[in-house]
This record gives sequence, structure tokens and C-alpha cells, in this order.
Amino acid sequence: MPEINGFGHSMKRKEDARFLQGKGNYIDDFKLPGMLWLDIVRSPYAHARIKSIDTSQAAKVPGVLGFITGRDLEKYNLHWMPTLAGDKQMVLPIDTVKYQSQEVVAVIATDRYTAADGVAAVTVDYEPLPVVVDPHKALQPDTIKVRDDKDSNRIWHWEVGDREGTAAAFAQAATIVREKIYIPRIHVASIETCGCLADWDGVNKRLTFYVTSQAPHVYRTVLALVAGHVGLSEENIRVVSPDIGGGFGGKVPVYPGYVLAVAASVLLGKPVKWIEDRSENLAADSFARDYHINAELAADQAGRIVAMRMDTVADHGYSDAQASPSKFPAGLFHIATGSYDFQKAYMQVDGVYTNKPPGGVAYRCSFRVTEAVHAIERMVDILAHERGEDPAEFRLRNFIKPEQFPYMSALGWEYDSGNYHQALRVAMDMIGYADLRREQAEKRARGELMGIGISSFTEIVGAGPAHQFDIIGLKMFDSCELRVHPTGKAIARFGTKSQGQGHETTYAQIIANELGIPAEHVKIEEGDTDTAPYGLGTYASRSTPTAGAAAAVAARKLRDKARKIAAHLLECAEDDLEWDKDRFFVKGAPGKAKTIQELVFAAYTNHPSDLEGGFETVHYYNPPNLTYPFGSYICVVDIDRGTGQVQTRRFVAVDDCGTRINPMIVEGQIHGGLTQGFAPAMMEEMQYDENGNLYGGTFMDYMVPTAVESPKWEVGETVTPSPHHPFGAKGVGESPTVGAPPAFANAVVDALWHLGVRHVDIPITAPKVWELLKQHGAALEE
Amino acid sequence: MSTHHIKLTLNGETKEADVPARLLLVHLIREVFNLTGTHIGCDTTSCGACTVILNGRPVKACTVLAVQADGAAVQTVEGLAQGGQLHPIQEGFHQCHGLQCGFCTPGMLLTSAAFLAEHPNPSDDEIRWAISGNLCRCTGYMNIVKAVQYAAEKMRAASAQPAAAD
Amino acid sequence: MIPPAFDYAAPTSLSDALALLSQNPEAKVLAGGHSLIPALKFRMASPALLVDINKVAGLAYLREAGGWLAIGAMTREADLDRSALVREKYPLLADTARMIADPLVRNLATIGGNLAHADPANDHPATMLAYRAEVTAQGPAGARTIPIADFFTGPFTTSLAANEILTEIRLPARRAGDGGCYLKIERKVGDYATAAVAVQINVNAAGVCTSAGLALTNLGLTAIRCAAAEAALVGQPLDEAAIKAAAQRAAQAAEPVSDYRGSEAYKRSLVTTLTVRALRTALERARR
Ligand SMILES: Cc1cc2nc3c(=O)[nH]c(=O)nc-3n(C[C@H](O)[C@H](O)[C@H](O)COP(=O)(O)OP(=O)(O)OC[C@H]3O[C@@H](n4cnc5c(N)ncnc54)[C@H](O)[C@@H]3O)c2cc1C
Ligand code: FES
Ligand code: FES
Repeated sequence: MPEINGFGHSMKRKEDARFLQGKGNYIDDFKLPGMLWLDIVRSPYAHARIKSIDTSQAAKVPGVLGFITGRDLEKYNLHWMPTLAGDKQMVLPIDTVKYQSQEVVAVIATDRYTAADGVAAVTVDYEPLPVVVDPHKALQPDTIKVRDDKDSNRIWHWEVGDREGTAAAFAQAATIVREKIYIPRIHVASIETCGCLADWDGVNKRLTFYVTSQAPHVYRTVLALVAGHVGLSEENIRVVSPDIGGGFGGKVPVYPGYVLAVAASVLLGKPVKWIEDRSENLAADSFARDYHINAELAADQAGRIVAMRMDTVADHGYSDAQASPSKFPAGLFHIATGSYDFQKAYMQVDGVYTNKPPGGVAYRCSFRVTEAVHAIERMVDILAHERGEDPAEFRLRNFIKPEQFPYMSALGWEYDSGNYHQALRVAMDMIGYADLRREQAEKRARGELMGIGISSFTEIVGAGPAHQFDIIGLKMFDSCELRVHPTGKAIARFGTKSQGQGHETTYAQIIANELGIPAEHVKIEEGDTDTAPYGLGTYASRSTPTAGAAAAVAARKLRDKARKIAAHLLECAEDDLEWDKDRFFVKGAPGKAKTIQELVFAAYTNHPSDLEGGFETVHYYNPPNLTYPFGSYICVVDIDRGTGQVQTRRFVAVDDCGTRINPMIVEGQIHGGLTQGFAPAMMEEMQYDENGNLYGGTFMDYMVPTAVESPKWEVGETVTPSPHHPFGAKGVGESPTVGAPPAFANAVVDALWHLGVRHVDIPITAPKVWELLKQHGAALEE
Repeated sequence: MSTHHIKLTLNGETKEADVPARLLLVHLIREVFNLTGTHIGCDTTSCGACTVILNGRPVKACTVLAVQADGAAVQTVEGLAQGGQLHPIQEGFHQCHGLQCGFCTPGMLLTSAAFLAEHPNPSDDEIRWAISGNLCRCTGYMNIVKAVQYAAEKMRAASAQPAAAD
Repeated sequence: MIPPAFDYAAPTSLSDALALLSQNPEAKVLAGGHSLIPALKFRMASPALLVDINKVAGLAYLREAGGWLAIGAMTREADLDRSALVREKYPLLADTARMIADPLVRNLATIGGNLAHADPANDHPATMLAYRAEVTAQGPAGARTIPIADFFTGPFTTSLAANEILTEIRLPARRAGDGGCYLKIERKVGDYATAAVAVQINVNAAGVCTSAGLALTNLGLTAIRCAAAEAALVGQPLDEAAIKAAAQRAAQAAEPVSDYRGSEAYKRSLVTTLTVRALRTALERARR
């Protein structure tokens, strides 16, 4: 019998074998007989009237079979589709394009080369219209209106907290700091782009839809909602999400290309594949961030934070296409009081339309937590520096204390557990904080620039409790269906979908831990809506907190059943039995025992007559609360005064994600998350000029870091289990992405504060740093 | 557009095909020969998801014409394991958790394998430099570097005890 | 991203290749393909015929002869990078090859293609200007030598005729007291230069600079040779003052434009910084 491999075991991943040998099954690997190819003509303009579309030349290309335009879709009322935020977006435009790279015409052909030729041969005549790119301008009274179906560019206004109380606290404060913080538009840029293969079976009126989806069940429901009126009925839609080459939130939204592929398959009666190019992926798929934050933080004489205020403009582009819980249009941004104990806070957020691609996905971050953490961690640092204090000491003074948990935050979150002081102290010890400060002082005396930056973040994941959390009405529970075969081997199915997180291994370990069946013998399946129980999918670090919990509870339900069978077989009362790893034994007589394998076998062959046969169950887990992972990161940078280049010398990351199921996988998630925190902090940004043209639309100019730029991470841990989660886990994939950027920004500002620099927006590129050095007379002119 | 009859060795097997001049090598491998372990991740020769070994050197198969592979030896990820035995680099990635979503993995494996063949005893920084034409969005590269070191050590050990074992 | 249709031929001799070019005015040479194929994919080029010269024998070599280092046009960047000869005696060339693109691209990209493509962002042009290189072009009428200073005529244009093939690049062989260095600021591996400086100097036993080549990458419509900066060095003892004076002049010669890689002022300042640093390194290498 192989090892059980329950919690704490760095079991090697079960999914590796196929990926290592080129046998992964990604969307572009699917090939069906008679399969056609769809490609898309896109708008070069950010705002333009379509004067005419001429497909006549393209129709002459041998192998080009057809076209779909907005007018074609309009006939079936399929030219609009809902977004997951309850807004809507065009599938194809009727007469006006609203952002650069918007889909205009779909071309269907026999293969991808011919489809590309077809796209090149379509001519669209545009009349360019004025654009609004800056969300602040979009909010001014007589500006260009982005959406013809709306009264203004303000999508929503949202506020939370105690406005008057906060104002009063500010009025009495000893120190107030204010800063404008921009968190730029970035892109998840998973190495696999998005794509789908729609296979309509006209005889049985059944659609099989293979698609890179982090949330296959949601897709099925959305498809049923979009196309129910033309005969797509939910029981006849099967969504299959195969192996995914990275998701990070970008594979949560439904894209127009998907609807087009389905429409083409239905129209032509053939399977139709659509795979994005990288440029399409960057230019048109859902972006992340794009928050303009005006932040204020106040402290009293003794250096205690007393109040926080934030006024924020959220740029959503042409449609609010984020995948946010409906109650919270700005996501969980109001976690922005962070790790600090103060009771007066207020924030308001305005969602705004602009002529840019739609979106606002939670990029490796639980709904706007990255924005929140960046704002508070920058502000705390500024406040500490303003008071002339060491930022570590300032944090230690202001942290919520371990004994205050569960802690109700000023903006209404109940933090489940934490020990912030410990995490920061562990990080300071690991990096040798005091020595670094000494070194910094010496270097500064010599005119060298070195900075130390701290970020002590609080995350909020595991969305979420049904009373607060839903996406387009669907409650955000998640599920596990667990079936154990007579020989004691199991299959478990989930509503989530791994994109590299290693679910096939960790979920098996959870079940192994609870039920004693070796993880190796627990097969995990996700992604096929015909077989998997309903669930909202994998994003926002919700899989372990929700589906992982569902697995544990399902396993426990079966363990209860096993107890009944054991009592029957061992002829004793249920209460006389005790569980040990993989067996029940009679208290005081460990020799009298039945293993889980024996008990399962009995469930099929010899079960008590008053008990149902078989050994399976399903559980839908509704989390009682969210979970609150946290950590402290410290970053050391050296700045080249001649070039503005910032070198990350060291980066220590202490994460507390509660119970760790598979430490190896957790550490891998942390490395990846940190690198996705580093990238937007130092390199990545999607920039638009005043005409709405994107810079950063290919991998030549969207700066995804290679192994050479990526820092070498030093990781540490503390463990503070979640008190309400079935096994104390909190979720980890995103904490590092959320926590890392302010550590970088704080380090750079720490190096420059004495020159008069108070803030620098990310990404902190060499030219940006050089301009600051220049402004403050510190650039080295050789 | 001209069409060309080509003949190449793919993972040691001789293959032939008639290809249009513009067909990219990556599509020849994926769509004509149905080996889908070679991936596509970009339009600009930037990501390395399409890496194959062409006449002994790792190259980006999205930026080579299929017709150019006429007469060449091409190795893909499917050709790494031999006789049911994983290549040490594959083992290293498994042991050190050098992969997450697996999309960059075939390219990383091939680049690293070719690198180790010439640099049996690399430093971590040399490994980072060697894999800098392959993007990974999941792992942050830490464990990939470890995996390459694991394989290097294993390969050094194997070459230190020649044939005796057989 | 799919290339448009084209014809393809892979001649095995230079004369066949030249004949194909002469017969097909719409033809293009395919060397490493790492500028051309990406351009085709974005449909920014649509040649009727690609004349692949990868199968032409004898175009990839590195040899010292007659006071020159001769480099075959089809020599791959990776082969420059791994050549002990280049590393030991031609550090400017070694630095340059190592900074081009990424290791996989370098396995196919050729030095001839890099020069013939004449992208102002390509790295070899400045290096060859600093070396005072010359190239051989083969045409239907035979070979001619083009001094590198006459080679780049504008962005993406050279003095090669459409039916000529660049076959060889020659740099003066290393003499005692030679030292060179290439410094490039890029945003990440695989990026083109924000700014880069190539320097090649010779210093005599007395520490006086006897010759100097100095050129810039991606700071104008072509690689820029900084004659004034060179003049400021030659005949001077190579001390910090001379180095700084040359750097000032190099910065004046630059014609940067503001873009997403940085402002005009930033790039100009980089020229100063990089020139000083490159000259210091070149001097150190010259003394070795
Ligand atoms: C991701 C990436 C990053 C890059 N980064 C850099 C970089 O940092 N620095 C840099 O300098 N370059 C960079 N390059 C470009 C690379 O070096 C190219 O390979 C080079 O510019 C062209 O060389 P090639 O051999 O590939 O030529 P090809 O692409 O085959 O040809 C380029 C052009 O030159 C012509 N040509 C080629 N050879 C000859 C010849 N012998 N005679 C006449 N005409 C000829 C062709 O007809 C074509 O017009 C990068 C490329 C990529 C894909
Ligand atoms: S597909 Fe990205 S480099 Fe080839
Ligand atoms: S493992 Fe996902 S891109 Fe590398």
C-alpha cells in the first residue's frame, strides 16, 4: 500500500507525468473531424463608426466559408452578451466600435492559414470618432459618451464606512499624509492564450464546448442565458475545460470569440475552433487593475493610525466586465484598512467607462485586494517616513494584536485569525534588518542609494459566504462529489478547475488525510460540466477554502458512514470506535480494527441492512466566513544613479496561509505569486496614448520577466490556522502577488526619501527612477 | 505559393510531408505530425513555448519554416524519454516541482537538456541565462533552476560511472 | 499570426542564389529568419520568393587572416558567443553577440542578417562602426568591398543592391593595446536597446590613445558613429578627463526620441553614462 500522504507531505504532483511528456491536453491540442477555423477582424481604432464592411475579396479566398457580422447576430438578438459583473458587452458591433482591437467580423475557413488570409482580405471602412481614454476626463460633464445605451460614463458609485466620523478623526489628527496612487492596467498574460472549440450536434441539438475556462459551470449557465432563446438549453450544453496553460483570472470572463465560435458551429453544423493570438490576447482580453486612488492616512501624536480615507476612480474600459461578486462593485477593495488597528475609515469608488477594452479581472488576486494592499502599505510607509520613524517599528506599533482576533475591521470585515507581529519579526530576522539599516546609513553617507521596503499585508480570500457573495446571482459555494469504489480507490469531482495549482494532488491529499485512502489512489476530476458537481470555479484563491473544504466535509461524511459499518462488522457501538489515520478500532483494543478499504468493501458486499449500500456522497460547502491569509515581506534594492536601474538584492517573504496541505506546492505557488508581484511592480504596464492606441500589445513590449530579471526569493512561514475552515487552511496562490508590489515600491522610495521623494507609481522602471533622481539633483552625470 | 516535399527525422523517426512554403515548423509538428507537446504562446518569437531541438540546438519552431527542416533532425518533448525512462531533466522537474500549468514545460525541458549537454556543471546564474528565452508565468523560475541542477547532478553521476552498470 | 503565401527556394550554391535574386526582383534573402519571419507573420513584408541561403555551403566561419578577422555572414550569434577566439581577442564583438535577443534566437540569428536588416535597434551595426569593419557583397558581377561607414543608408536600408548577398564581415585583427566594450541598457532579456554604446580603442605603452571607434545603437535613424568623440580621444592620454570629454561629445551626437523606453533626456544621459563606463572597461581590457 502506498503512503497515505495527508497534510504536510510534499507529495510529488500526480499531474506532472503528462505535462513532462508532452501529453497535456490544452485547448489547441483538440482536433475534431471536419473542424473549421475562426479568425477575427479587429478594429484599429478606439472609437469609430463603421461605414461599411466589404467581405467580397475575402469570399474569393479558396477555403473561406463564411463571415459573421454584428448585423447577422442582431437577427437572433445575439449581438450583446452579459458580463459577469451584470453589465453587458457587444459580441460584435452593429455600427460603432468602442475600443481598439474590438471584434468586428468573424471569418470562418477550413484551416488557420486560410482564415488568416480571409481576415487580411476583409476591408472595413471606418470614420474615426473622438475618444476618451482618461477616466477622470470621462467623468467631466461634457465629454464623449462611451456607451450609447447609458446616461453617463459613471458605471456605478460605491461607498462604505463612516464619512463623518472619519472626517472628525482627520480633523484632530497630528499627522496626515496624502498621496495619489495609480495602479496601472496590466494583463495576466498566461503563456497559453484563450481559445475554444465549439461542437454543435444538430441532430441531438447538443453543444459540446471545449474552452479554456477557470469556471466551466458559470460558462454553461451564461451560454444558456445568452442563447436560451435560440434553442441552447442548459441540459444540452456540455462545457469541457481541459488542461489550462495558466489562468490567473484571465480565463474567468466569457469573450466574444467564444460566442462567435458557438454561433459559427451552429450555423455551419461543423466543429469550429478559435484560438487567440498573443496580440489579441493582450489587446482585447480582460485586463486587471487600473485604479486611480487618492489616499489619506492620519495618525495621532503617539504615532497611532487613527483614520483612513480613499477616493478612487476605477477604469473599466468600455464595459464593466470584471468577475466581481454582485454586492461589491469594487470587489473587496475595502480590505484596505489592512493589518492595522484603527476604527475610522471611509472610501468611495466610481466605476468609469472609457474607450479601452472591457474588464477588470481579479489577476491572481481576490477582487481588488492588490489595489487595497498597495494603497495601505504605501500610505503606512509614507506616514512612518513622514514621522521620521522606522517603518518596521511603526507597523509593529499599529498592527492588530494577536489577542484581538476575530477582529472586526473599520469597514466591516471580520478577520478570522492572525499574528502580524510574529510574521514581521520572522522576516526581519531572516533578512538581518538591523544590519541592513546600518549598511544603508553608511552607503547613504557615501552617496550610494540603497532601500529597504516592507509590506505587511492582509489578504481576504475564499469567496464566499452565500449571504454576501454571488456572481450574476450564482452563490459562491463550491462542491465535491466523492465516490469510493469497492476496492477502496476513489474518484472525486469538483466544481473548480486547476490551471497549474496542482488540484489533482492537493485535493487527493485532503481526502487521503480525512479518509485514509492513499492520495495516489484518489483520482481527481474537474472541468467537465456533465460530470462535475456545480461550482463557481477557481480564481481568487478560493479553491482550497471552498472546494478543499467541501472535499474534507464530504470525506468526513463518508467516514461517518464507515463508522456505522465498522460498528456492524466489529459488533460494537459506534461510540466505542476510534479513528486512526485509515481505520476504526475498538477503544482499548487496537487489534480489533477495520481499515477503510475493508469498510468500503463491506459497503458494497456486507453492509448493515438499515444502511444504504455504496460509498459516495456530495457536499456543497458554504463557507461561514472568508479567510484572511497574511504575511510580511522585506525587499532590499540598490539603485544605479547613472541609469536609474533598480537591482533587487534580496527579497524575504514570510507567508501565513494557515494549514499547508502540500508544502512543496504551497512554496511553488508563493514563488510564482511573488514573481507576478514583481512584474507589475517593476516592469509590466499596458499604456494607451490619447487616441486609445495600446502600447504593450505583444510580448516584445509587454514586459513579462524572464529568469534573468526575476528576483531570487527567500521564503519563510508562520502558521496561524483559520478557526472556521474545516482544516484550518486559508488559501495561498495570490497572497504573494498582492503583497509584493508595495515591498518593491517602499524599498525604492526608502532609498530616495532623503532626497525628497515621497512616492513613485508602479511599474518602477529605470527611466522613471532616473527622472526622479534628476528632479532631486541626484542623477549621476558621468 | 510553392509546395515542397520534405523529409526529416522527428524524434529519431523518418517523416515525410508535402508542405506549403509558408507553413511554420511548429504547425508541421503539431498539426501534420500531431505531436502537440510543442506549444505556441506568442507572435513575436518571445516566449519559447514552441522550443524544439533542431540539429542539436534549441530553437523557436514558430520562427522556422517547415520546409527549412528538410533533411534536419528535430527533437520534441515527446522524444525526451527513452525506452520508458524519463530523461534526467524530466525527473528533475518532477522532483523539484519545476512546473505548474505545464505549458512552458516542454520548451523549458528541451532548452535545459540542450544546455546541460554542453554545460554539465552550471551555476544557478548560468542556468537562468540559458533559459532566458523561455517564459514561464507560473513558477517564478526558482524551482526550474533547482530542477536543472538536479538533472545536472544526476547526469554527472551517471557519466562518472560509465557502462559498468549494464 | 500567419505569414502570407510566398514561394521558396533553397539553393546550395552562392551563384544559384544570386541568379534567383536577379531573376526575381520581389525576392528576399532568408538567413536566420529572426527578423524576416516575424515581419512576415505580422504581414509587414510580402516577398514573392524567399531565397534561403542556409544551405549554401561556406558562409559560416570565423578566421584570422591578413590582418583581419573574417566572419562569414551566416555565422550565428551563438557561435560568436561561444567562440574562444572572439571572447579572448574581440571582447566588443563578444559583448555584442551576448546581448542580442535571447539564447534560443541566437542559435539561428546571423551576424549578416543583423547588418543587412539595418534596424537602427540592431546591435551589430554600432559595433561594426566602432571596429571600422568592412563587408563583402556578392552580386551578379562579382564581389565588392563596402566600408561599413558606407553601408547603412537609412533605417532598414543599406547600400546592398536587391540582387546582392552579404557574404563576409571583416574586422581589423587584434593588435597590442586594443580594447573594446559594448554596453546596452535593455528592459529585459530579448529587448532591443533603450540605448547602447560600442567602443573600440587602442592605447600605446604610454597610455595614449592611438585610435578610437565609438558608435551608438537605437539613438537615431541608423547606428551613429560619433566622430567628434573619437577625435576627443585620439592622441590623448586616456584619463578620466578625456573619457568624460568623449562621453559629452557622444551624447551630443545622439539623436534620441522620447518613447516608451524613456525620454529623450534620459537616453542622452544614458549615452554619457554608458560611454564613460564602456571606455573604462575598454581601457582595462586594452591594458591586459
Ligand atoms: C525576440 C527577438 C529579439 C531580438 N532582439 C535583438 C536584439 O536585442 N538586438 C539585435 O540586434 N537583434 C535582435 N533581434 C533580431 C535578430 O538578431 C535577427 O536575427 C537579425 O536582426 C536578423 O538576422 P537574421 O539572420 O535572422 O536575418 P533574417 O531575418 O533572415 O533577414 C533579415 C533581413 O536581412 C536580409 N538578409 C539577411 N541576410 C542577408 C545576407 N547575407 N545578404 C543580404 N541580405 C540579407 C533579409 O533579406 C531580410 O530582409 C531579435 C529578434 C527576435 C526574434
Ligand atoms: S511561440 Fe512564442 S516563441 Fe515561439
Ligand atoms: S508552468 Fe505555467 S507557464 Fe511555466
